[in-house]
Amino acid sequence: MLEVVDLECVRGDRRLFTNLSFSLSKGELLYLYGHNGSGKTTLMRAICGLLQPTEGEIRWDGEPIRELSEEYTREVLYIGHKNGIKDDLTALENLRVLSTLDGVHITEEQAWDALKRIGLHGFEDLPTQVLSQGQKRRVALARLLAHQARLWILDEPFTALDKAAVEMLQQVIREHLDRGGMAFLTTHQEVELTAGQVKQLQLGKGGQGCV
Amino acid sequence: MFETFLAIVKRDLILAMRRRSDVLTILFFFVIVVSLFPLGIGPEMNTLRLIAPGVVWVAALLASMLALERLFAIDYADGALEQMLLTPQPLSLLVLGKVTAHWLVTGVPLVLMAPVLGIQYDLSLDGLRVLVITLLLGTPALSLIGAIGAALTLGLRGGGVLVSLLVLPLTIPVLIFGAGAVEATVSGLGGEGHISMLAAILVMALFFAPLAAAAALRVSVE
Amino acid sequence: MSSRIVNWFKFSSPATFYPLAGRLIPWFTAAAVITLGVGLYMSFFVAPTDYKQGEGYRIIFVHVGTAWMSMFIYVVMAAWAGLGLVFNTRVSAMMASALAPTGAMFTFVALWTGALWGKPMWGTWWVWDARLTSELILLFLYLGFIALQSAIDDPRRADRAGAILAIVGVVNIPIIYYSVQWWNTLHQGASVTVSGQSSMETVMLWTMLIMTFGFWFYAIAVVLARVRCIILERERDTTWVRELEGEVQ
Repeated sequence: MLEVVDLECVRGDRRLFTNLSFSLSKGELLYLYGHNGSGKTTLMRAICGLLQPTEGEIRWDGEPIRELSEEYTREVLYIGHKNGIKDDLTALENLRVLSTLDGVHITEEQAWDALKRIGLHGFEDLPTQVLSQGQKRRVALARLLAHQARLWILDEPFTALDKAAVEMLQQVIREHLDRGGMAFLTTHQEVELTAGQVKQLQLGKGGQGCV
Repeated sequence: MFETFLAIVKRDLILAMRRRSDVLTILFFFVIVVSLFPLGIGPEMNTLRLIAPGVVWVAALLASMLALERLFAIDYADGALEQMLLTPQPLSLLVLGKVTAHWLVTGVPLVLMAPVLGIQYDLSLDGLRVLVITLLLGTPALSLIGAIGAALTLGLRGGGVLVSLLVLPLTIPVLIFGAGAVEATVSGLGGEGHISMLAAILVMALFFAPLAAAAALRVSVE
Repeated sequence: MSSRIVNWFKFSSPATFYPLAGRLIPWFTAAAVITLGVGLYMSFFVAPTDYKQGEGYRIIFVHVGTAWMSMFIYVVMAAWAGLGLVFNTRVSAMMASALAPTGAMFTFVALWTGALWGKPMWGTWWVWDARLTSELILLFLYLGFIALQSAIDDPRRADRAGAILAIVGVVNIPIIYYSVQWWNTLHQGASVTVSGQSSMETVMLWTMLIMTFGFWFYAIAVVLARVRCIILERERDTTWVRELEGEVQ
């Protein structure tokens, strides 16, 4: 379980949010929204452990993530604004290298399958340089299929994706939640996933808190 | 753990091979700088023989500073670096892997090219041998120490110049023992003492630099 | 509950440190004026003329003190920076940033006075003497620290990056010093030696010590004043600084 207690983050001179507390348990999706610059990405990076909050604490199963370090990063998968894939490597190479670094062993076959499912059939062996934005995004998202992380942190995962891909990604997230995973999501797009009964958190103007 | 190290070395080597021109630029820089000195100083062979170790070593130092920019910057720009910070691997191991690959593609060519340049300066055979040995021990130390500076200046304005300002003073011992060994050999004093000091510096750098660079990366990626 | 206490502690420390520093500054300034006054009087009028070096040697009363300070301040700076890095205390990082310019200034003065001394003693402004060379490298280290901190906009990143650099520098200083000495003895032999230092008279030693204390008090006063400025700049959005402004207006 993820708990955020009295979190405060400052970027430059600006205090983005303060006294922010919420929690996320098994099988839950948290939809984070707010206007541009309200601190969504900062919050996500803080929860990943990339960014040190100025105040407060983030706990994973009751332990502060600072102390868990590598035990925690094993449980987390972050897809940020930047895809984190190398333009000079093929989709397949990218996926395999990232998986090795993640400490997940996937066979070549599993990698082909994941790329096929994410809709990159026929593009597996091309340098990602020649792929479109949406296809690059798909390469990054293919990690979701090849990873055992319990907590997914997805910062605008739907950008540049076409309709079919958006549908498919939502399906992937639903399956993850059904398996008892947790997901933390921002998006400016209207998607079914965030419309129903999900935990919501608004940052910036118009309130701060969990619904 | 070793598997991760190999994976990152292999990844960076593949990337470097697909962008060969970057690597060649650094080698050309090294060759050109060394070749400029006789033009500035004059073709007097006795003088050239005297300054050869220093010139080759200073040029190697500058070339490796130039190469530092590509160590983390590209991974930082495309987000691969932040993903590395989030893997369940010790970050200092990943840094060591990256530095190893970086040295293989930027340091080793300098070592291989150095004897050719030494001949231009009429260095003796013994001198050339020691020059290669010292560069072989010294260039990885330069890459390791430089990694700290590269990590600290990641994404800053004027990062390239700043990195030299931060790193060059720290590399002075490597320069002193490296060039000193060649000079001592040429003048018949024997460079063994210098070489063992250089080896000691490399061992220390291997141990401490990845830790410091990893800490610096965490600060810079935030 | 415990996190609350930490909260309060961290928040208030610049606020409590600011007036404390303000109260200390006059004392240290006064101490600096007195000791430097006494020290300078002794250097010019009490200490005897050196039988070998004449009157010119008197510059060492400034030179030695500043050289000591330049090295000592770097270590103190690294210690503060390391403290800030480990315990995440903001005032210690600010202390490190405040120390750097003073340390660089002492290093520069040590080099300058060394050159002035070298001209009559060695007949040249600059020799590649081991100590002079190390001092020059120390100046580069200070400048690197200042340049790095000023290149980073985000103060938190500047603090932490500077701290890492300072610590790496401190680890390196003995190696640099040793290598420079090795290099120097190989190149020059022991051609440059300072005459009469071992048989230094007690008066000279005392003068030197008093001058060094004077530099100490000066450094503390200046650093405290500078850290107050840094605190105000960094904490300008907090309520306590606003209240302070209100009092002034």
